Amino acid sequence: MSASQNYSSPALEKIPITLIVNGETRTIEVLPWTVLLDLLRDHLHLTGTKKGCDHGQCGACTVIADGKRINSCMALAVMKDGASITTIEGIASDGALHPLQQAFIDHDAFQCGYCTPGQICSGVTLIQEGRARTRDEIREWMSGNICRCGAYTNIVDAIEQVLGSNQEAGR
Amino acid sequence: MNRFSYMRAGSIEEAVKAASADSSARFIAGGTNLVDLMKYNVERPTRLIDITRLPLNTIEDTKSGELRLGAMTTNDEVAHDPRVQSRYPLLASAILAGASPQLRNAATTGGNLLQRTRCYYFYDTGTPCNKREPGTGCPATFGRNRIHAILGTSEHCIATHPSDMCVALAALEAIIHIAGPDGERAIPMSEFHRLPGDRPEIDTTLRPGEIITAVELPPEDFVEHHTYLKLRDRLSYAFALVSVAAALRMDAGTIVEARIALGGVAHKPWRDPAAEAMLRGHPASTERFAAVADHILRDAKGFQDNAFKIDLARRGIVRALSQAAAGTPQSQTDKRIR
Repeated sequence: MSASQNYSSPALEKIPITLIVNGETRTIEVLPWTVLLDLLRDHLHLTGTKKGCDHGQCGACTVIADGKRINSCMALAVMKDGASITTIEGIASDGALHPLQQAFIDHDAFQCGYCTPGQICSGVTLIQEGRARTRDEIREWMSGNICRCGAYTNIVDAIEQVLGSNQEAGR
Repeated sequence: MNRFSYMRAGSIEEAVKAASADSSARFIAGGTNLVDLMKYNVERPTRLIDITRLPLNTIEDTKSGELRLGAMTTNDEVAHDPRVQSRYPLLASAILAGASPQLRNAATTGGNLLQRTRCYYFYDTGTPCNKREPGTGCPATFGRNRIHAILGTSEHCIATHPSDMCVALAALEAIIHIAGPDGERAIPMSEFHRLPGDRPEIDTTLRPGEIITAVELPPEDFVEHHTYLKLRDRLSYAFALVSVAAALRMDAGTIVEARIALGGVAHKPWRDPAAEAMLRGHPASTERFAAVADHILRDAKGFQDNAFKIDLARRGIVRALSQAAAGTPQSQTDKRIR
């Protein structure tokens, strides 16, 4: 990463940044106050990531940045220069659903679906983190994703299914 | 959000220089609190100084036995560091009791110390607030104040400090390392945050232009006897109504060292050395724990919605000391309180 950079004027001076979004390198010019969520939705037209509360309280905007799940509404895009971002559009590979996406369908783990992209990005990372095993642990480690329809039981079922089949495969 | 200029600091010196030159500039790291406050127009910085690329993101042992957490380490990194988990389990537990996995991945050690209160009136620019606009008044003293302070309040402010991590740091007597225009210095955790008094707009004893570089944990770690007990309206992803960090060192059933820090009850993590001294030299007993709790809360003052916190804190202190003495710390996933 480059050394210090100083953009002194608060005028409408756009700053060039590079992001790897779902595996594709994108060079974009952003205003300093553009939030990553708005960049994804309004500039890159990746509208799968949803704006819920816009204040880091609901998790609908969850994306994966350099392997870590974050609230994209609380991240300034300019500060993510150089990061690799995975959104819900990048979870499936070559047209095949991620096992967690299939599990959400199998368990009817949504009703209106608005929180689902964030739930799945969060759940995929939860599985990679390897910290949650029991249902209590899944609930705790998914607590950053609110579902207003209350599909929590089925969301836990879906995640549990993928964790269980991963354990089977690991034997 | 207001318009602002952005700079990415390449060195600590450069960050300090830029902050010293503009009192309306703000450092930004995880952004989980500052960006939120900017969206509410509570914070309107002229310039953001991005400090995330500074070389402050490591956790290192010192030669004299301390563990030094760089200011840019994330809450998640600290909570899952094997040295923190094995030597400072109280700190790991407190961090995992707070926020959500997403927020802990972004929020930093330094930023956690500097987060602002979640008082409704502080956030609502349509109301007066002495912390946001000094001299305008404090509606919380007569308005909705269920989440507010019961200890160390003033007529000017009854806000609480919202952190869980800081409550553990207070119990562990961490040292905050600072760099600033006049060089480096260190502040004991007990002196880092301040009570509101008649200057509630000032949260900490940091001076203009100063930056937190590290948090140092003393060798004394309280591995055997500790707990972080957090009491709140829902079981996860909620701020504490009352939290208690308890740490004991015991010798053949006798308490030889005791630390108690409370969260959710004051403008800073609340310590009471005289109450802790009441435990030294005594065996663990519910009666003594209750006497200690009464001493800590002797000057507690409830407002119309939060008087329940006094009894909640009393019971929380007794339960936390019992958990610590028994060596059975509160689980942060199995939420049953035993």
